[in-house]
Amino acid sequence: MSSDEAQEAKIAQSPLAIRGLTVSYGEKPAVFSVDMTVEPGQMTAIIGPNGAGKSTLLKAALGIVAPLSGRVSVFGRSLEEQRARIAYVPQRASVDWDFPTRVIDVVLMGLYRELGLLGRVKGAHRAKARECLERVGMGEFAARQIGQLSGGQQQRVFLARALAQGADLYLLDEPFAGVDAATEKAIISVLKSLRQAGKTVVVVHHDLATVTEYFDNVFLINTRRIAEGPVVEAFTEESLQAAYGGRLATSQIDKLAKA
Amino acid sequence: MSGQEFVPLSLTPMLIGIFAAVACALPGNFLLLRRQALIGDAISHVVLPGIVLAFLVTGVISTWPMMLGAAGAAIVAVVMIEAIRRLGRIEPGAAMGVVFTTMFAGGVLLLEQSDTSTVHLDVEHALYGNLESLIWLDATGWSSLLDPEALRYLPTELPRMALTLVGVCLFTALFWRALKISTFDEGFARTMGIRTNLLGLGLVITAAVAAVAAFDAVGSIIVIAMFICPPAAARLMTNRLEAQIAWSVLFAVVSAVLGYALAGFGPLWLGGADSVSAAGMIATVSGVILAIAARFGPARGRSGAPAGV
Repeated sequence: MSSDEAQEAKIAQSPLAIRGLTVSYGEKPAVFSVDMTVEPGQMTAIIGPNGAGKSTLLKAALGIVAPLSGRVSVFGRSLEEQRARIAYVPQRASVDWDFPTRVIDVVLMGLYRELGLLGRVKGAHRAKARECLERVGMGEFAARQIGQLSGGQQQRVFLARALAQGADLYLLDEPFAGVDAATEKAIISVLKSLRQAGKTVVVVHHDLATVTEYFDNVFLINTRRIAEGPVVEAFTEESLQAAYGGRLATSQIDKLAKA
Repeated sequence: MSGQEFVPLSLTPMLIGIFAAVACALPGNFLLLRRQALIGDAISHVVLPGIVLAFLVTGVISTWPMMLGAAGAAIVAVVMIEAIRRLGRIEPGAAMGVVFTTMFAGGVLLLEQSDTSTVHLDVEHALYGNLESLIWLDATGWSSLLDPEALRYLPTELPRMALTLVGVCLFTALFWRALKISTFDEGFARTMGIRTNLLGLGLVITAAVAAVAAFDAVGSIIVIAMFICPPAAARLMTNRLEAQIAWSVLFAVVSAVLGYALAGFGPLWLGGADSVSAAGMIATVSGVILAIAARFGPARGRSGAPAGV
């Protein structure tokens, strides 16, 4: 009984606790019976090969796709109750950047929960949006049409929108995919400042080479959970081998796990 | 033209044309950006079997049964499109194409098989509507606008179309912010607690109501054109959604007014004797506006190519 109670206490404390999550788009499950417990105030990377269900795990946890089964709790309560405490950065390529709108308008979308359907955008809201743009180094681009931005700039605008949400838990889907080195630096420094402020950050990540440098914890997934824990414990040769199978050369894994 | 002629003969059809054009153009903006512009096309085709069925059941041409039949057909079509899209795993455009051509063809067959010779219900009417006939014979001039006796005999299409337009405007204004966010980034919108499925359905229903009301008054040609041409032309004029909506309303109004005037008087100016279909001319004008915007619109360049980093 006491181990059950300990489990429950852990779930209650965790910014994002997932139990028995299964998601399927067709006949084959994309995510199968996954448990995950995110540690508060830390940066966690979700890693795994292509098609391993990393993004799907995130989307199901957020209610964007409906899971077949499973339970998600956010800071010990249901997702619906805690929406205001979560900020989400989708994959950059998931939206049409030709949408007729400006950078500042995208950031203001992050204030939707504050503004509601009909609340007026006031000077204070604009100032907040501008401040978030400054934090990602995009202050000068406020009036730019979003289609004129580079990939890295688009990613930073998305991060600024998440900052505007003023959340406690930040979930990012491949924020470093296809961005330039300067943007990667800018993003990681913002994420680290969030951690410093006691926020929790979860990132779907594809670059194994930077895992030990950027993150405190890793979650390895290949449809099922492979390993979870602090980088030194979970980011090992065995777990990488288990997650990626033959897709990584042994020498490559050696180098990564020791790095 | 004096008020004495203009008010009874041209004012009401023009207003109905304007209301119909704007009511379709407003939701058309969002449908266009969601790559669902064909939905307007689909709806205006599928309402035909609904209207014919309603006529066969009730035996009369009257507004409410036909509107209900049209609405029913629109809902059946939306369900069928969704079903085909999901079960067949094909893209929505293809599913719509299959459904609306099939249902329209079914409507045409029904119409030919049934005895509708005694009433004003035929394929031509379905396509072009009868905008020119929506006249207000009780009016004697501008003063009739203040005369309750004359106002009672306004063509019923006018208040109905006006009411539809008010409904469309209310929907757009009320859900403006949620529509904008979920059209741009649906996944993000869901994490904010926006019920994107319901909102998307609400948009389609709003478009369907506008299409059915407009179909009844002005025929499907205008409906199809107004869902796509003014919003598409407006998108080429600006890179801001707010401005795009304003441009689309302007283009819709210009199409309706200019199209109606050209249909009535254009052939005479060219030495012809008869006027041409107002609905056809309104749709044509909207197409010409789109062509001009495509050539000269300031925002027509795909801005996608990023400059540097």
